[in-house]
Amino acid sequence: MELWFTERHTPNVKFSIKVDHQLYSGNSEFQRIDVFDSKEFGRFLTLDGYMMLTEKDEFIYHEMITHVPMAVHPEPRNILVIGAGDGGVVRELTRYPSVESIDLVEIDELVVEVSKKFLPTTACRLDDERVHIYYEDGVKFIRRCEDKYDVIIVDSTDPFGPGEGLFTKEFYGSCFKALREDGIMVNQHESPFYAEDAAAMQRSHKRIVESFPISRVYQAHIPTYPSGHWLFGFASKKYHPVRDYEPTKWSMLGIKTKYYNTKLHCGAFALPNYVEEMLRDVE
Amino acid sequence: MTELSQVNAPIYEALRRFRRMRVVPFDVPGHKRGRGNMELTEFLGEDCMNVDVNSMKPLDNLCHPVSVIKDAEMLAAQAFGAANAFFMVGGTTSAVQSMIMYACKEGDKIIMPRNVHRSAINALILTGAVPVYVNPDVNKQLGIALGMSVSQVEQAIRENPDAKAIMVNNPTYYGICSDLRRITELAHAHGMLVLVDEAHGTHFYFGENFPVTAMAAGADIASVSMHKSGGSLTQSSFLLMGEHVNADYMRQVINLTQTTSASYLLLSSLDISRKRLALSGKEIFAQTVEMAEYARSEINDIGGYYAYSRELINGDSIYDFDVSKLSVFTLPVGLAGIEVYDLLRDEYDIQIEFGDIGNILAYISVGDRKRDIERLISAMSEIKRRFGRTGADMLSHEYIAPVVSEAPRKAFYADKVSVPLGESAGKVCTEFVMCYPPGIPILAPGELITKEIIEYIRYAKEKGCQMTGTEDINIERLNVLA
Repeated sequence: MELWFTERHTPNVKFSIKVDHQLYSGNSEFQRIDVFDSKEFGRFLTLDGYMMLTEKDEFIYHEMITHVPMAVHPEPRNILVIGAGDGGVVRELTRYPSVESIDLVEIDELVVEVSKKFLPTTACRLDDERVHIYYEDGVKFIRRCEDKYDVIIVDSTDPFGPGEGLFTKEFYGSCFKALREDGIMVNQHESPFYAEDAAAMQRSHKRIVESFPISRVYQAHIPTYPSGHWLFGFASKKYHPVRDYEPTKWSMLGIKTKYYNTKLHCGAFALPNYVEEMLRDVE
Repeated sequence: MTELSQVNAPIYEALRRFRRMRVVPFDVPGHKRGRGNMELTEFLGEDCMNVDVNSMKPLDNLCHPVSVIKDAEMLAAQAFGAANAFFMVGGTTSAVQSMIMYACKEGDKIIMPRNVHRSAINALILTGAVPVYVNPDVNKQLGIALGMSVSQVEQAIRENPDAKAIMVNNPTYYGICSDLRRITELAHAHGMLVLVDEAHGTHFYFGENFPVTAMAAGADIASVSMHKSGGSLTQSSFLLMGEHVNADYMRQVINLTQTTSASYLLLSSLDISRKRLALSGKEIFAQTVEMAEYARSEINDIGGYYAYSRELINGDSIYDFDVSKLSVFTLPVGLAGIEVYDLLRDEYDIQIEFGDIGNILAYISVGDRKRDIERLISAMSEIKRRFGRTGADMLSHEYIAPVVSEAPRKAFYADKVSVPLGESAGKVCTEFVMCYPPGIPILAPGELITKEIIEYIRYAKEKGCQMTGTEDINIERLNVLA
């Protein structure tokens, strides 16, 4: 017997992982949630059939979406994380002693419950006393926040389904309002490779550029996401991600990472020509 | 044959039977189930093209219904609590025109509020009926026209005892209702018919705790836009009749202007939507109201904006309010309604129903998702933060009482000359000028052009309202009586 999980990356491309067994399947008010175990990638979480994370490669995504803004901001104390019910971003954030509070806004309580039960590698720090979890639509939560956060991390799903609102201009504008005068927002920025993902990527870049004075894009290699080539957005009111970056200061913190390092920080902002061109088209 | 009930949809069922028969078409439409126009078929879908068929024995004929359409109309009448109902395929415009053409002939008087939809005044041009306008009350703060006050209607009846009918606009676009029961009693006591433009009130018939419906209030005829809150396809509507209306004569009136090739897409959409509302309208509209109430409270929380509701009720010209409507007064954030309307679309990819000088209307229905409501609220909050002004010089009045110099028909067909807008004051207009939506005329044929009206037209144009009605597409010139 062979059991395979398959996700369509485009109408003509499929990505499959051989499943050892299924650990969980359930429907919340918002989406279908599944957890599988596999030989190659360990446990993995899917939402509505879309890959969210695998135990084998989640470190890349979570380190890159977290350490880049945390290393640029000189003293990040109050952090807001939107989405990210799996706990991966929170795990990375709790490693910073300067952090005083982490507000986690996740629309789907069941994602958090399932992650706590089946994905201990990512959900392990959700009980940290600095973490406050709000089960709410991120678009609604942030509407009432003003001048409150140093760093906002938008760990969204795709720009369709429950995460749709996290790719809109009204949301990015609300993030701008919610940040302090030197705040930074980082977001999951889709992929530049397949046409449909690239269009979503350009659309969200355009909206961020219109909302923030500084808006750059950086990349990482994530094997289980479509094409493996993934982007993150770095939007900021004051600090440039490379020019205002102090690598020694971050190194002094002594945070041990598997993917992120200070050289890679700068290198990640160097993008392939075709990606630069796509971004320029909407800037 | 088993008796029909609201679970049936006779036209829809007949179309499904017809599709299974695989009849070879040597009749119109010439696209022949879509095969003759593949690009259109790919765009609209094969299922859709397959039921775009002509009237024929198994499918009945809207002009003279004897089988499935007759059954469907009977079920619709039942569902709406009417004595008779007709399926309309020319929009609610055709229903409103038919009501007036039924009630009035040339020279007959009809009492109506001036803030009617253009379709009503069009009917006056067609029939030659003469309007007796009841000026609606105006809410000075919001700048919107309200319902008809009972005392004004009484006065109009006293001064025009020979009027044939009273037309009521209920609810208005903004959700405001008049005292329909009282107005109906008054009209009937004086032998006048009561015609209700209920374009925005379909849901009153199916939801709970909504204002009274025309049929329940005892009105004679009502035009209901099923395609607005009822979920049917654009252009499909119902004409409802009380027991004292001669439905067979009404059919003849409708057939004066109605197409002889009624679209089965529209007819089946009316049939299916009626069934849906009859079976689950209560839950559907409870959800709609819940979303509207939520959005209202969140928008009021932003500050500046005023999303109004039942607190406006004054027992007369705002006798009741439709809480499923999300109308918002925008002037306190320093932006005209039309500016907020444009910003929502241009900056945030959100299309709302309309914006006028002081207000916007976002149309809420069961098709809305909570997350889209959150987007709308956030976008409005962002618009205030990014574009809000204080103490801006805003023109607030929305309603200018007209001076009627000639009957609409006479003015429309009279000899006319075109003059520049700026030189038109003091002359009698022979055409419509209106912002669309909402399509309520600023000027109608036969009305005197005043300086105030010219200023209003200029202001509305400057703010970006979509102006329509005039022969000159740019509204720089107006046609006036020669």
